[in-house]
Amino acid sequence: MIEVKALQKKFGKLRVLKGVSICFHKGEVVSVIGPNGSGKTTLIKSILGMIIPDSGEIILNGKSISGDWQYRSQIGYMPQIGRYPDNMKIGQVFSMMRDLRKSDIKPDESVLNSYKIPSLFNKTMRTLSGGTRQKVSAALAFLFNPDILVLDEPTAGLDPLASEILKQHILEAKSKGKCVIITSHIMSEVDELADRIVYMMDGEIAFDKTIKEIKEETGEERLGKAIAKLMKSEIND
Amino acid sequence: MPRLPFLFLIVLLSSHLLRAKTIDVGAAFRFKHPQPAIISAHNGDTVMLHKGIYIVKNLHINKSIVFKGENEPVLDVQMKDFGITITASHVTIEGITIKNSARASMTDYAGIQAMKARHLTLKNNILINTYFGFHLSAIDSSLIENNTLIGSAPDDARSGNGIHLWQCNFVTIRKNKISGHRDGIYFEFARFCHISQNISEKNFRYGLHFMFSDNDTYTNNIFRNNGTGVAVMYTKGIRMEGNIFADNWGSSSYGVLLKDIGNSYITGNTFLNNTTALYLEGSSRIQVVGNTFQNNGWALKLLANCEMDSFIRNKFNGNTFDVSTNGTISLNYFKHNYWDKYTGYDLDRDGVGDIPYRPVSLYASIIEQIPYAVMLLRSFAVDLLDKAEKNIPSLTPDQLKDDSPLMKSPTR
Amino acid sequence: MIKVTKYVIYDIVRNRVLIAYTLFLFLIASTLFNMEEDPSKAIISLMSIVMIMVPLISIVFATTYFFNSYEFIELLVAQPLKRSTILLGEYIGVALSLSFAFFIGIGIPIILFDATATGFVLILSGILLTLVFISLAFLSSVITRDKAKGIGIALMIWFYFSIIYDALMLALLFTFSDYPLEQAMIPIVALNPIDLGRIIIMLKLDISALMGYTGALFKSFFGNSMGIFYTCCIMFIWIIAPLLYSIKVFNRKNL
Repeated sequence: MIEVKALQKKFGKLRVLKGVSICFHKGEVVSVIGPNGSGKTTLIKSILGMIIPDSGEIILNGKSISGDWQYRSQIGYMPQIGRYPDNMKIGQVFSMMRDLRKSDIKPDESVLNSYKIPSLFNKTMRTLSGGTRQKVSAALAFLFNPDILVLDEPTAGLDPLASEILKQHILEAKSKGKCVIITSHIMSEVDELADRIVYMMDGEIAFDKTIKEIKEETGEERLGKAIAKLMKSEIND
Repeated sequence: MPRLPFLFLIVLLSSHLLRAKTIDVGAAFRFKHPQPAIISAHNGDTVMLHKGIYIVKNLHINKSIVFKGENEPVLDVQMKDFGITITASHVTIEGITIKNSARASMTDYAGIQAMKARHLTLKNNILINTYFGFHLSAIDSSLIENNTLIGSAPDDARSGNGIHLWQCNFVTIRKNKISGHRDGIYFEFARFCHISQNISEKNFRYGLHFMFSDNDTYTNNIFRNNGTGVAVMYTKGIRMEGNIFADNWGSSSYGVLLKDIGNSYITGNTFLNNTTALYLEGSSRIQVVGNTFQNNGWALKLLANCEMDSFIRNKFNGNTFDVSTNGTISLNYFKHNYWDKYTGYDLDRDGVGDIPYRPVSLYASIIEQIPYAVMLLRSFAVDLLDKAEKNIPSLTPDQLKDDSPLMKSPTR
Repeated sequence: MIKVTKYVIYDIVRNRVLIAYTLFLFLIASTLFNMEEDPSKAIISLMSIVMIMVPLISIVFATTYFFNSYEFIELLVAQPLKRSTILLGEYIGVALSLSFAFFIGIGIPIILFDATATGFVLILSGILLTLVFISLAFLSSVITRDKAKGIGIALMIWFYFSIIYDALMLALLFTFSDYPLEQAMIPIVALNPIDLGRIIIMLKLDISALMGYTGALFKSFFGNSMGIFYTCCIMFIWIIAPLLYSIKVFNRKNL
């Protein structure tokens, strides 16, 4: 579904992506993890077209995204910290996004309703807590029923209940055959959701394996330990 | 004896009728052309020109007659000669249209020329496309009234003056309209003349131009949109009152230019939209009182060789520059003028500002030296410069100031 | 684009700074008109204020607004929208709001107190300056990442055009006063939008003085209504060129 080919990006002298190649398929949840500054956000933003790579290609459904913008109608994006025009009310933000995407698709309001956001429609964005903003962001990412979901630290600001709800929706999306890309630091969450883990380090992919493979290779049941072990062996190699 | 005055009148009238007769000229009359009629006329007769177009070549009037048109008859000179030449006194020309006089560089062809005569009356005539309009030399005690002079010269070099006086005294010129000539009104050695209520506009050079013409009075005339405005020189004892000098735009264009003028009065005039409203060079003892200077580029250009001129109760409003000069000394006097740019205060509430106004701005002086600096006019940098100079005058003439500027514009 | 504009305006009309700006202009203009008996005198004072304040507020406000809505722009960039559409939409939104604020603050008092040609030309010039300086603000916003740096550049641009440029020009005129600078003057002036805005008003206010210059170029430039037309055309270049360059930079910008 998404094919990333030899992606390179420099910020000044810093090489953030050193030729990353990777594929994301339908009906799978891929978790991109790695230490801070490893290039995961740059990779995600490149897919979203927010960062323009120096070289390499991103191909979505057989078409390069370079210079294209319409492909983004197939993507739902939930940023790490969602910020919206301060003076707008929540309801207005939703109607604005619908207006901007001018989509004919019947909106998917399941997340919106699970979070009971419609009851908050009259609140202005300025007054909202971080968690509520995250709920809004999540609802917006799912709203247009996109084939691809890009979720950047989706549960970071959410309370446990809300996190649980979001996880259910992610798994549901997967079962509908959507491609979900998640960055996360929480290993238990990754374990629960992801089929595959892409571990990034210093702008390169350290490994790209399914959870099953990782656990089998390391013999560890807990994902966190398994990855730590795997990394150690990678470095020793 | 109540009947005596009446009888006297009848006697007077009949005797007049006996002496003076009216000779009609026109298609329906014995005289088909004015020249033979004039030849046959005697002093005191009236030659009545009826409606029609008459081809003429310099009609010569050498006797005291009234030459009068009825229903606007036209004398067409067909660009060949003068229209009419007057060489007798007590001549009246009234209600006649004269067209197409000759043009030449050596001879001053005119619609009507008159010489060495007195008591002439030129009234209600229309002169179209004549080289000079009225060309008067050595004329005394005459009246030029309510004529319309429309020149159509192609340019400055090939045009003559509208009303041209040379060596004349006591001539009254009023309510005439003059346009399209070189100078609208031109005087050389014309003295004790009264010029009032004329409109002189769209002439190639000056609306009014005179020299060596002492003791003339100009009241309630309008001089506007002439090539270079009004310029007067080498004269004493002028009175200019209630005139309007307007719309004279150009680098050498003036509302009024005074050069070597002495002992004169310029009062109650309006100077509107001129590049330079009033320019004084070598002119002394001029009283400039109660005039309005509105929306001019420079209201006053007062050269350093002018002395003892007084500027009192004038209104300076909306001019780009109020006063500019070319030296650092000024021997002239400013009092009780209204300056719209004055920013002083009046603590004792006597209607007069408590600090003097210096009408010469530093920037006006800079522009005198570097003309293209005008592009920076009203810029922030220039405003700062002017403010600094206002507080510590160094380059602008120290004495040129109004010590008692009015707080409110004087009402006339 | 219109949709982006719609939401920018929606957001901006409730911005307190914008409301304060409108009130500030309105207060100054109506005070001036009430204090001066002669409205044409008020216009001249108003002109000096407009020439300084409008570029300053426009460029600082637009730069600040751009950085404050950075996240919103990020959000938009992740949507199926063209980047040029987003930036143009933002520009038009900010431009309409600030022009409207100027029109309410300065234009309405002028129409009420002195609806003359000079008054209308002042409104025209103020709006053109607003548009130019928003365009420059967008440029300084897209070429930097940092808000403080962006506002710093914006202030420098303003300072340069409102004082430094004219001071340099004056120095240049003094230094080369013996040379025929007539030909050079118009291009030199055209390189400063504030000077252009000033000249539009001068063409009405000081035409009598300007006609005192003999140069053929000046005559043809000032001598007819084409002067205002040409000046406006150059102002439009000042609006469009920085904006197009901003779009070019923004299209390649990493958010």
